[in-house]
Amino acid sequence: MSVDTPARRRKLTPARLLLHGFLIAVSLAWLFPIAWAVLTSLRSYDYTAANGYVSFGGWTFDNYVTAWRTAEFGQHFLNSLYITVPAVLLTLFLASCVAFVIARFSWKLNVVLLGVFTAANLLPQQALLIPLFRMFTEVPLPEFLSDSELLYDSYWGLILINVAFQCGFCVFVLSNYMKALPRDLYEAAMVDGASIWRQYWQVTMPLCRPALAALATLEVTWIYNEFFWATVLMRTGDKFPVTSSLNNLRGEFFTDNNLVSAGSVLVAIPTLVIFFMLQRHFVRGLTLGASKG
Amino acid sequence: MSDLPLIQADRAVPPPASTTSTGGRRRRLRLLSRTDRVVITLMVLVPLLLVTGFVWLPAAATVLLSGTNWDGIGPLNEIEFVGARNYDDVVNIYPPFVPAIQHNLLWLAALFVVATPFGMFLAVLLDKELRGSRFYQTALYLPVVLSLALIGFVWQLLYSRDQGLINAVFNSNVDWYGDSNVNIWAVLVASGWRHVGYIMLLYLAGLKGVDPSLREAAAVDGASEARTFFRVVFPVLRPINIIVLVVTVIESLRAFDLVWVVNKGRNGLELISALVTQNVVGEASRIGFGSALATIMLVVSLVFITIYLATVMRENRE
Repeated sequence: MSVDTPARRRKLTPARLLLHGFLIAVSLAWLFPIAWAVLTSLRSYDYTAANGYVSFGGWTFDNYVTAWRTAEFGQHFLNSLYITVPAVLLTLFLASCVAFVIARFSWKLNVVLLGVFTAANLLPQQALLIPLFRMFTEVPLPEFLSDSELLYDSYWGLILINVAFQCGFCVFVLSNYMKALPRDLYEAAMVDGASIWRQYWQVTMPLCRPALAALATLEVTWIYNEFFWATVLMRTGDKFPVTSSLNNLRGEFFTDNNLVSAGSVLVAIPTLVIFFMLQRHFVRGLTLGASKG
Repeated sequence: MSDLPLIQADRAVPPPASTTSTGGRRRRLRLLSRTDRVVITLMVLVPLLLVTGFVWLPAAATVLLSGTNWDGIGPLNEIEFVGARNYDDVVNIYPPFVPAIQHNLLWLAALFVVATPFGMFLAVLLDKELRGSRFYQTALYLPVVLSLALIGFVWQLLYSRDQGLINAVFNSNVDWYGDSNVNIWAVLVASGWRHVGYIMLLYLAGLKGVDPSLREAAAVDGASEARTFFRVVFPVLRPINIIVLVVTVIESLRAFDLVWVVNKGRNGLELISALVTQNVVGEASRIGFGSALATIMLVVSLVFITIYLATVMRENRE
């Protein structure tokens, strides 16, 4: 992020030392709960039960093995994959379509359209639950799409609701991004006789790659972390995505915090990997528009 | 989805070339072929139908249902309108309502008075181009990538009565998640832990966009750092301040995951969002009643969403 240029680097004065001391203390305090979870997950329950948690020893990987097996993490990770990947792709595709039209043409209704999408992203989900719950239990799906034969308790339902909610944010970011592209591009494309679809797909979209990468990183994390809709719109235990499955496993784990911590670390791993590998995209996605680059 | 994105206008980006006079627009429209017009219509219509069907229609239905006595099971044509009776019941004969309102307000106050200023303070410190800034930022920002549901589990390792670290270190015997006198504070600490990093990031981005000459001018005038920040930088950050305010309000209103994983929003952890959910998927499904609660949420959120949209759209035009 910030580049340490020698010219701007100041000498270490006592005030600076104090500042660093304070920041190190805060950073360590912030990392502590996560570090503690990792530490706890690596210790055997018998050892910590006998010696207390403020002790040293009892190192083992068994918690991960037990948690993975009893909680069927494999299946739940797959469920998250089935929901997250299509939802993110669909969100980016649909949002970029709307954003393109908003950015490409200057119609009066664009502001309304932008408002309709952006506001939808900010509404409290719980406030829509009652009609949506009824709707999900009424809309039939053919059996080959979902064994529940309803939108309720199906991957499709969760994908659609996530897409509907996340579109707004992406429309807003992408339309801003696209408005900043030089308009001569379209003039040139029109002279070449390119259709609107080709202008969208072959001119605009390739130029939006940085924004799309940032949004994809962010959306994968959000949809993977999504808890509410999966909790209320799923019923079958082994169809839950991993974030909301944790809560159902609570009963099995109730007496064993070491198992809880192993489960938590397992659930956190994908988001942490994304964060460390794609931190630049992640941060950029959140602040896209607030600063360039 | 408990995250609220920063949607902010891009000040560094020039406004779209406004060469389109009305005449120009008409000419351009006529240049579009039939296929093009069909394509444009589909590009807008499909996403619009999705958002309308899954978000706006349910929102409207919630408001309508809040005036009825529907039980959630019977056919829709048996619905009777009962006026404001559900609202009357919510306020007067529903014991969890007042605690829920108090907790939501407390949530807002805690984030707004403690977590948000602290995040801003850290952003100001980190904006100084320190060595190791990257490490500090990453540490503070790390909780933001975890879901609030997961955060509930991570903090359980510290809060648990028999196996938690806090009780082990202080030799106490408090059930931090279970005791209705303290559990709201326990979840607020966990929620603030995440909120600080988020706000820090938003302000850090905002501060990077502040014209450095402003600060240099203040320094030449001999203003102290604190004075420069409050008199010069903070006013310039006005759009970001408004956005952070709205983000904080909406986050407090949407707070749900954390209390739901702790105890489904009961016994000291009542929140409006949890009450609505209990009334739909819980043991008793009281639709009209739950809808009245949901409508209250909707109205409050729409007020702030409007402020938000007005801010970002104005920024956009400038």
